[in-house]
Amino acid sequence: MENHFDVIIIGGGAAGLTAGIYLSRAKLSALILNEGAIGGQMVLTHEIANYPGIENISGYELARNMKAQAQKFGCVIKSNVKISEMNLSEEIKRVVVGGKDVFTSHAVIIATGGKSRTIGAIREDEFKGKGISYCATCDGDFFQDKEIIVVGGGNSAIEEAVSLTKYASKVTVVHQFDHFQALEKYVEEAKNNPKINFIMETKITEFVGVEKLESVKIQNQRTNETTEMKIDGVFIFIGYVPNTEKLNGIVELNEREEIVVDENMSTNVKGVYAAGDSINKRYRQVTTAVADGTIAALSAAEYVNNYKKELSLATSD
Amino acid sequence: MLRTNLTHVLSEQEHSKLLQENENVMICCGRMGPMCIPVYEVMEEIENDYKNVKFADMEFDTPDAKVIRNLPDVRGFQGIPFVIYYKNGKVVKATSSIQSKDQVTAILDANFGGK
Ligand SMILES: Cc1cc2nc3c(=O)[nH]c(=O)nc-3n(C[C@H](O)[C@H](O)[C@H](O)COP(=O)(O)OP(=O)(O)OC[C@H]3O[C@@H](n4cnc5c(N)ncnc54)[C@H](O)[C@@H]3O)c2cc1C
Repeated sequence: MENHFDVIIIGGGAAGLTAGIYLSRAKLSALILNEGAIGGQMVLTHEIANYPGIENISGYELARNMKAQAQKFGCVIKSNVKISEMNLSEEIKRVVVGGKDVFTSHAVIIATGGKSRTIGAIREDEFKGKGISYCATCDGDFFQDKEIIVVGGGNSAIEEAVSLTKYASKVTVVHQFDHFQALEKYVEEAKNNPKINFIMETKITEFVGVEKLESVKIQNQRTNETTEMKIDGVFIFIGYVPNTEKLNGIVELNEREEIVVDENMSTNVKGVYAAGDSINKRYRQVTTAVADGTIAALSAAEYVNNYKKELSLATSD
Repeated sequence: MLRTNLTHVLSEQEHSKLLQENENVMICCGRMGPMCIPVYEVMEEIENDYKNVKFADMEFDTPDAKVIRNLPDVRGFQGIPFVIYYKNGKVVKATSSIQSKDQVTAILDANFGGK
């Protein structure tokens, strides 16, 4: 069957690509189905300086190398696909792509990772690339001598607020709480920067403009008072959420919507494993995603090999 | 030069030659960064399906990219890549920042009449 594989891997980031490398090298047929660009969050990372054995590499380059390595061993990779249906509870797992292409397998590894959280304010989508950005290194230079807002209070937000002062004349950090989650040293650096000021306990509720962003409506969380603030750009860094919205009712998720796995990366469904940023864990790095992907692949390989052995015993009886 | 498998437009002259020689053209003008790479990847992937469209890229920071950066259609754009769709040398659509495969193919189908 052309569309049948030993293992289907859902997601082609660091975890999924690693699982693809291990499975293909073990001579099992593996298919990676990936919704966006191959590499996942690695592609969002300009420079990775903490991947052992490689002093410095762009995330894109590392993703490209992993992809080539997986393909070299025979792993089939399909990117920019939309999974429309998943039935993982039976012995033969079934995944439908784009409402028409059916793929089946003995085992599935879910490695769907995470994505940037959006504010959810009115007209946020409309001004993406026209005043709203999620990437300081990509778009910072459009805001030379302009006034901008950075939304968030974690390490990324505070670090990027400081880095954006290279371009902007004024950076206002807007944060919904009265304290920061970022490390104290980053907060101190930002507080000591004369171009940065802070608006605490406040949320952006609406983006306003005609051709591009011109102002934002902000609401104080204590008083509920809403004011309008003229602004040239807004950079949003408010953390990541696991990509598990399509998995509700398919595998067990915890209260943070992360996939619950044991030390073998097994989920509560037989033959279904999960790896990387979408699982319940504390540290989310390329190295930990790669480690999870390895464990999930080895566990899935053992499961598939046992399944095939049992099947051949049954048919030879 | 951008590290993609697309046709690279390296100068103003190459840009105008490309538009003269092809009825339907999509040019992604960007850098090797997180908002641009996914768009190049989509273009590489659909290049074989859309034989009626010429797909190309251009480095955003090359001085000759002014042919794109100065277009009236990109006024107000503040996010890379700038993606321009041309029909018979005229801009029919321009987008700013990352776009998904569905968004790109919807524009191609609407403006260039599908695959
Ligand atoms: C800006 C930034 C900088 C970082 N810097 C570093 C660093 O310097 N060092 C480091 O070690 N880590 C860094 N990280 C973290 C690291 O990138 C991640 O922990 C790691 O890449 C996660 O890999 P993953 O495979 O689990 O998930 P992801 O990389 O998120 O990949 C998941 C893939 O699954 C796809 N997908 C999602 N849903 C579906 C679906 N329903 N169907 C099919 N496919 C789907 C996604 O499109 C994506 O391609 C950084 C992260 C970010 C965002």
